[in-house]
This record gives sequence, C-alpha cells and structure tokens, in this order.
Amino acid sequence: MSGNIQLLSDTLAAARSEGRAALIAYLPAGFPTVDGGIDAVKAVFDGGADVVEVGLPHSDPVLDGPVIQTADDIALKGGVKIADVMRTVREAYEATGKPVLVMTYWNPIDRYGIERFTAELAAAGGAGCILPDLPVQESDEWRQHAEKHGLATVFVVAPSSKDDRLAKITAVGSGFVYAASLMGVTGTRQSVGAQAQDLVRRTRATTELPVCVGLGVSDAAQAAEVASFADGVIVGSAFVKLMLEAPDREAGLVAVRALAADLAEGVRKR
Amino acid sequence: MTSDSSGSSVSSGFFIPDPLGLSPDAEGYFGAFGGKFIPEALVAAVDEVAVEYEKAKGDPAFTAELNDLMVNYTGRPSALTEVPRFAAEAGGARVFLKREDLNHTGSHKINNVLGQALLTKRMGKTRVIAETGAGQHGVATATACALFGLECTIYMGEIDTERQALNVARMRMLGAEVVPVKSGSRTLKDAINEAFRDWVANVDRTHYLFGTVAGPHPFPAMVRDFHRVIGVEARRQILERAGRLPDAAVACVGGGSNAIGLFHAFLADQAVRLVGCEPAGHGIATGEHAATLSAGEPGILHGSRSYVLQDEEGQITEPYSISAGLDYPGIGPEHAYLKDSGRGEYRAVTDDDAMQALLLLSRTEGIIPAIESAHALAGALEVGRELGEDGLLVVNLSGRGDKDMDTAARYFGLYDGESAK
Repeated sequence: MSGNIQLLSDTLAAARSEGRAALIAYLPAGFPTVDGGIDAVKAVFDGGADVVEVGLPHSDPVLDGPVIQTADDIALKGGVKIADVMRTVREAYEATGKPVLVMTYWNPIDRYGIERFTAELAAAGGAGCILPDLPVQESDEWRQHAEKHGLATVFVVAPSSKDDRLAKITAVGSGFVYAASLMGVTGTRQSVGAQAQDLVRRTRATTELPVCVGLGVSDAAQAAEVASFADGVIVGSAFVKLMLEAPDREAGLVAVRALAADLAEGVRKR
Repeated sequence: MTSDSSGSSVSSGFFIPDPLGLSPDAEGYFGAFGGKFIPEALVAAVDEVAVEYEKAKGDPAFTAELNDLMVNYTGRPSALTEVPRFAAEAGGARVFLKREDLNHTGSHKINNVLGQALLTKRMGKTRVIAETGAGQHGVATATACALFGLECTIYMGEIDTERQALNVARMRMLGAEVVPVKSGSRTLKDAINEAFRDWVANVDRTHYLFGTVAGPHPFPAMVRDFHRVIGVEARRQILERAGRLPDAAVACVGGGSNAIGLFHAFLADQAVRLVGCEPAGHGIATGEHAATLSAGEPGILHGSRSYVLQDEEGQITEPYSISAGLDYPGIGPEHAYLKDSGRGEYRAVTDDDAMQALLLLSRTEGIIPAIESAHALAGALEVGRELGEDGLLVVNLSGRGDKDMDTAARYFGLYDGESAK
C-alpha cells in the first residue's frame, strides 16, 4: 500500500482554495498512554485540525522545550514503541480519512531500518515524515525509500537558512515546507517573531510547495496572524500543555478539541 | 636526532593541525562515522565554525597567539613522568605518564578551550556556552572566558553538580553561570542536549564551545587538532627518554578527546598500539556501564554517526560510570573509525579496577589522578602485564584528582578516619 502524500497535498491545496491557512497539530504518540494519545489525535481532528503530526518520542529531544520533553518522558516511561506510533497513525487515519504525518529524530528510524519504517508507515496510512535533525545532505537514502512508499519528506527551514540553502532544501522536499518561526526549540511564545514572515517570503521564492509555520504559536490570535502570510499554522506545545495540565484524561480531550476549534477559526481570519 | 618527522617539527610550534592529512572528508566523515546531523537552525553556525577554523589554521597570527598561551598560560609542554613504583604492578613494564594534570586548570581540557576561545573572538561572538561532565571542561571554559572577557554559561547534569561540587564552585568563582540540568539521566548527555537548545536560541552571539571530539563536523577534527599537542610532545619526549617508541599509548575514553590527542601523533607508527579504556561501571554484563565501543551499536547522537548505547528502537540508554567525565553513551566518530579499522583497541575498565589504580598511583608515586584518568591507569596495568618486562607504555594522565576527593573518600571510607585498603 502506498502512503498518503497525495492526500496531504490535496488537503493543503483545498485550504488554499478556500482562501485560508491549514491547521496542523502536533501530538506525541503514547502520551499520556497509547490509547489516550490516539483519542487526543482524533479530538484535534474533530476540533478542526486539517493535518496531524504524530510525534515518535525520543530519549534525547534536543529540539524540544520542556513541555514536549515532559510528554516524551511520560510516553517513553509508559513503554511506547514504534509499533504503537504506527497504530496511532493507522487509527487516526482510519477514523478521520485525514493526513497524518510522523515527526521524530533520526536515530530511531536509522536504527529501526529505513525500508522497514517507511513500508510500515505507508501501510498504516501515513502521509509522510518530518525529521528535523536529518539535514538535506544526509537525506538521500531516506528520500528514496519515502518516495517509493508514497510518503512526503517535509524539511524544516529556519530564519538562519541562507537563500541558496533554502533552494537546495525545497528542491528535494515534498508535501510542504516547515518554516520555523524563530530561532529556538518548541514551546509556546508570547509573540511569533517577525522573522517568520521574511522566512516564508524567502522560501516561497524557491518553491511552489505550501509553506507552513511552526514554533511558538499557541492561540487563535497568533494563528490568524501567521495565517495572513503562511499556507499553514503548526501548533504543538500548546496542545500538549493542555493535556499535561488537565485534571483527568476526559478534561484533556475536551481542552484540546476546544483549542483546535479556536485555532481553526483563527486560520480562517487571515 | 631521531628519525621522528612529526616530533621534530614541534620546535616550530605546539599547534600543528593534522600534518598527516588524516582529515575527515568534506561532509565530516571518518569512514562510515561522523557527519552533521544537526537541525537546520544550526547549519549556518556550524558552517561558520568550519570556515573560520580553516582560516585560523592557516593564519600565523592565530597559531602564534595559541602557542604563546600554551607555553605561558597553560604551562606546556607538560612533563612526561616515569613511574617505576607504580610500574612494578604492571608486570615490570616501563610506564611513563603524560602529565596533562599539570596543565593550568588541572586537565587536558584547556588545550581545546584556548583554541576555541580564540576562534570565538575571531567570529566576533561575545558569549560562550559549554557542557561539562566532571566539570573539567566547564572549569577550563570558564577560565578562558574570564581571560578573554566572554560571557559564559555552563550546562551540567544535576547528578554531576553534586558529585563534582568543587568544580561547580570553581566555575562560579571564575564568573560563569552554572545551570544544573534536570532532564533525562541528569548527566553529561543531558547537559549537551540543553546546551544545543541554548545554542539554537542564541546562536547569533553565542559559540558552543564543545568539549570533546564528538558532535557535528567540524568539532571532532577541530577539537582533536587542538589536543594533538599531547601526543606530539609525548612522542618526542619518549624518544628522548626511552630511545624508542612505546609499545602502547593508553588513554581513557568518554567522548574521547584526551585519547585522540595522545593517539593522533602515533597513528602512522603502526607498531604502537593505541589502547582506549572505556568505563565498564559495575561491569558490562550488569547493564550499568558507559562502554560505548565495547557494548554499543552504530547510531546518531549529538550531531554525528558513531557508536552509541541504545536499545533496539534507537532510544539512547542511560549510561553509568563512577566517573562523571566518562559517563556518556556516545563516543567521537574518529574512535569509532579507529575501532572498526582495527588501528585502535578498546577495552573496558570497571569502577573498582579504576579506583584501585587511583589508590595505587597515589600510594606509589604521590600523584592523585582524576577518576577518568584512573581508567587509563587500570588499563595500563593490564597491558603492562601482557607485555612483561620489556614493555614500554605511555599513559595519558588527563587530569588531577582533587575534584574527585569526595567520591574517592566515600568509596574508600576515608571520612571514617580509616586509611584506604
């Protein structure tokens, strides 16, 4: 079975044709439990997310701030395995028919085996991967397998990326481009930097791919602001934080569904 | 005169980057190991370090300033001390210690730190961050920052801030901010994670003064070059003192900086065995160890491909060693290359064997080594016994033991008023 890269592209194109940005949510698999994580993904889709990135937790998440680190710790202590990540992708996709990506660090995939990972992710109905510590010059083998299995390779670009580097990255990326709004790790911020708009402009100059902005976005007002210049708004830590702070699992699901609904309104107010 | 080509050129300066041409390739690979597995946000900064280092290497003013610091600040060359009473326990082989413990700040770490601090100035950056395990790299970095007027933040695992409290005080005395890291295993690897997070957020004005021969290219080659002086001096000194090359060069390996510093000048001397001593902790079979090359598998950690301690799904496993400086689940990529090529040999030394070697050197020679270095001493005792009376060893005494007195006192029961057994 081939992966759902086309579904991802179609979803982002549909948002564009509606004159709005797409809402992309991030949630780690296995947090607070595997089933609880699956319910959370379904809840954010239900609230209005267009795309979900499922995190494959890693022991050494060097690009994540304290919120996602804490969730990863909980998931790993709970014994989450790659098979659980695949199940999360499959159940979320089968329940909603919407595109589900995996976001993780490179070592788990390198260790698991690239062919095995991409084949299993495609079979689960996954749409692609975001691998923030796999730079473009190390990505040839991954991209061959991802392409073979119909999976998108979403690269991250940063405000520090120079124009020639942006061109090199977007030339081989697929699905969309993940533009980091600021220089830093994941986590909610008071404001999304002015750097984001400039980065989106410079990235668009190199590619037709949708450019979605992540890092720091946590509420509808910020989502609306980002939606005014980007094709998609990516929100992660704000969802995870709600689940960490919720008194129980049901309250957590209600909270993330409500936030997704708020943000979905935000991305339509560009 | 000897036929020693790399040793004879030492008179022209201490900092001699890679005259053997044993550089990684353009993407930073030593064979299958190395590379740059870094987030896009750091690509420009890491490339800047590589470009600036290439320029600095060819700049006589940079070399002159670094060599002046090595002589007049660090106190190089460091002594090569023969230790016959210790060697009596090493099968009667002759044992010489390369005394990096006598450097300013008490370990080899200052060699790399001064080089990178000068590079920081060249890049126009005003702030330095670093990780530290035992605190030796942190102390050396705080020292260089005081010397050059740079702002300094040191990340240190919370467990390590407790077992190396003296070094925490030293860093703070020198004006550095010390941040205890509470995530993960609360040791060296987590300190590196936190330093990377800081670097991503503050890269414009900050240099990450990485402390070992791991990390993304160019750090493994650059940090090695700054430590090559150890082996260059030792090679010349042993030829002068013993009239021949040693049978083995022995060093402890955590990330591997002091070991590669000693080994590198001997790489072309095929008859010289290069022996790295890894921390076996409570024994590899117990799972409580940090013997990355002996028990690890190839993987990616902290920006490069090398051997790492990991489970079957690529999660990094928590290492253990009594030595904070060796308590790390990775290893520099050049060591992985030396292991796989067979040029380097790596053996594992338990906590207990290291502590007995620490005691032995203290009692026989009046030198208290760092617990890290004691792993090399324990390995040297084994290699010496294997070689017998004709053997000749150079062992890197990478640091002094003052910082470890609390750990050693508890281990040997010295606080009870008893003498260690």
